[in-house]
Amino acid sequence: MTVTDTGAVGLGRDQLTTLYETMCTAAALDTRLLNGIKRGEFATVTWPSRGQEAIPAALGLALRPDDRLVTTYRGLHDHVAKGVPLTEIIGEVLGTSVGASKGKGGTMHISDPAHGVMMTTGIVGSGVPVAVGLALAAQKQGGDRVTVVTFGDGATNTGSFHEGVNLAATWKLPVVFLCQNNLYAEMTPVEETMAIQHVADRAIGVGMVGVTVDGNDPVATYRVIKEAVDRARAGGGPTLVEAVTFRFEGHYAGDSAKYIPAEQLAEMREYDPMVTFPVTLLDSGFTRAELDAIKAAAEQAVEEAVRTVLAAPAPDLAEIQLDVYADGLVVTHD
Amino acid sequence: MTEQKLSIREAINQALDEALRTDPRVFLLGEDLADPAAGVNAVTRGLATAYGTDRVMNTPISEAAILGAAVGASMEGYLPVAEIMIMDFIGIAMDQIVNHAAKLRYMSGGRTTCPITVRTSVFAGTGSGGTHSQSLEAWFMHVPGIKVVYPSTPADAKGLLLSSIFDPDPVLFMEASRLYALKGPVPEGDGIRIPIGKADVKRAGRDVTIISYGLAMSQSLEAAKILAADGIEAEVVDLRTLLPLDMETVLASVAKTRRAVVAHSATTVAGPGAEVAAQISAKLFHELAEPVQRVGAKFTPIPSRASEAAVTLSTGDIVAAARKTMGAVRV
Repeated sequence: MTVTDTGAVGLGRDQLTTLYETMCTAAALDTRLLNGIKRGEFATVTWPSRGQEAIPAALGLALRPDDRLVTTYRGLHDHVAKGVPLTEIIGEVLGTSVGASKGKGGTMHISDPAHGVMMTTGIVGSGVPVAVGLALAAQKQGGDRVTVVTFGDGATNTGSFHEGVNLAATWKLPVVFLCQNNLYAEMTPVEETMAIQHVADRAIGVGMVGVTVDGNDPVATYRVIKEAVDRARAGGGPTLVEAVTFRFEGHYAGDSAKYIPAEQLAEMREYDPMVTFPVTLLDSGFTRAELDAIKAAAEQAVEEAVRTVLAAPAPDLAEIQLDVYADGLVVTHD
Repeated sequence: MTEQKLSIREAINQALDEALRTDPRVFLLGEDLADPAAGVNAVTRGLATAYGTDRVMNTPISEAAILGAAVGASMEGYLPVAEIMIMDFIGIAMDQIVNHAAKLRYMSGGRTTCPITVRTSVFAGTGSGGTHSQSLEAWFMHVPGIKVVYPSTPADAKGLLLSSIFDPDPVLFMEASRLYALKGPVPEGDGIRIPIGKADVKRAGRDVTIISYGLAMSQSLEAAKILAADGIEAEVVDLRTLLPLDMETVLASVAKTRRAVVAHSATTVAGPGAEVAAQISAKLFHELAEPVQRVGAKFTPIPSRASEAAVTLSTGDIVAAARKTMGAVRV
């Protein structure tokens, strides 16, 4: 691998390429699923994260393959960043047999231990204590594996979050709490649900490092996450990272997002990482043709995965009562 | 096989000791577990001294974090035994059990699993009132993916707890604080297991089957003695495991006696007895001499101290229900 320093941003060309590839794949996945739902090609539920691509890209670059991830229902970008195959992601979103969970999990419950994705949760905040447990296991095993849990700003108002971060700080566990603060908790703006300006300030209360970073800047976000991951790996305990970003779509596919003021939307478009990062890349020596090729390859990969999934068989109904218990136990009233 | 006489508290302590000693994947976590405090229920006494505080871990008062940490660690191959000190506090951690522990295997298509054991105690009978006395097993019987175990004797407690710890699925293991001091014979030595999902006939009889478990078992056995004095021979079935239910044993007994009473400390309304009674009625309707009777707690919060006994199950309730199933004339 050749790594050339690219001056202004200080990352190697390969790292910058990886960041942009992940962002393009995540954006293409989101857009393809939304379009497919809108035009009636398939029916499913998704929680879009268009606009937040820089954070998972940075996360993916900062983590090792054996590091663990717990994410949320708005986590498809995180899955991409951690290396879950597109067919498994889309297969699960569309509930087919090729999905990560044989179609039994759905968008909100994708897991892929082979790539370190241990859990995706649809319950806001509840991934935090589970990540703490994964980190506890790593500490007990004595290795240097790190667990990252991602969540939105809304999750930081739950009891699970506060219980989890306190336990992690007390036990100095190798975990990074990554808040993707997109300024809306479902449909409610952040200022209506918190008296503090920065989610990262919540770290002070439990004796942990807290950092706020511009989550629309993948390079800055990478640096902050990497520092937190390195601290955790070295036994320095947990960090709360708040990456501030924006969600350009509604809470779920089909939500018109009327609650987002037009002025805010217009202002935030200027910080859309899918617009601003290519400018950075061009300044760093990439050509427009190179960037177009990366984007086209991402879109093509997503399209091919969608085609594979749509051609796959529906879940086998004989499977429906399997995996409830380990020994194949089926509990009935018959 | 030689036997020892142990209390349920000692039997559970022995099971935890055996699990910690024989398998490095096992660790305990919960509030106040470590010595010298060793918990409100004193079940974990001596274990932190023997195995260290990285195997017997004191936690903050954070039930969601305790169970979340157990879930996460179990996904990495550990066999955590988490204690929720008193069952009423489990509501705080319900999300971790019901939405995660119970469903991880299913929602991952078998890729992940969650072999945790959640030990908790039912504090009924201590006069602690509405938030420290509930018997909430029915909440969990409604959730696919977990197992619910509630022993009534020291031998069952030891053997079932070891089965629970090494079971590949999440298990809710209930302990009645009023039974902790109950003594009974327990086989000596390691490796002795009582299988999950198998009921036990604790007393043989021909006239009526009393189906019970946990705290209510001793009342059911007392009731059987009182009934025997009147010439009514009750068979007493200890369910031991509530999810899955061993209906085979229950139905075999009721098919013989043709009469059934289900007795438990939980509320009668929508209690575990409703499921048992419904299954008996559906399968043995034509065999039954009388309708199945259910007895349990009244549908009120548990009042404190003086009035507690007025709403909770009594031995007299079981005796009366059994007599009711006898009808006017025995045929």
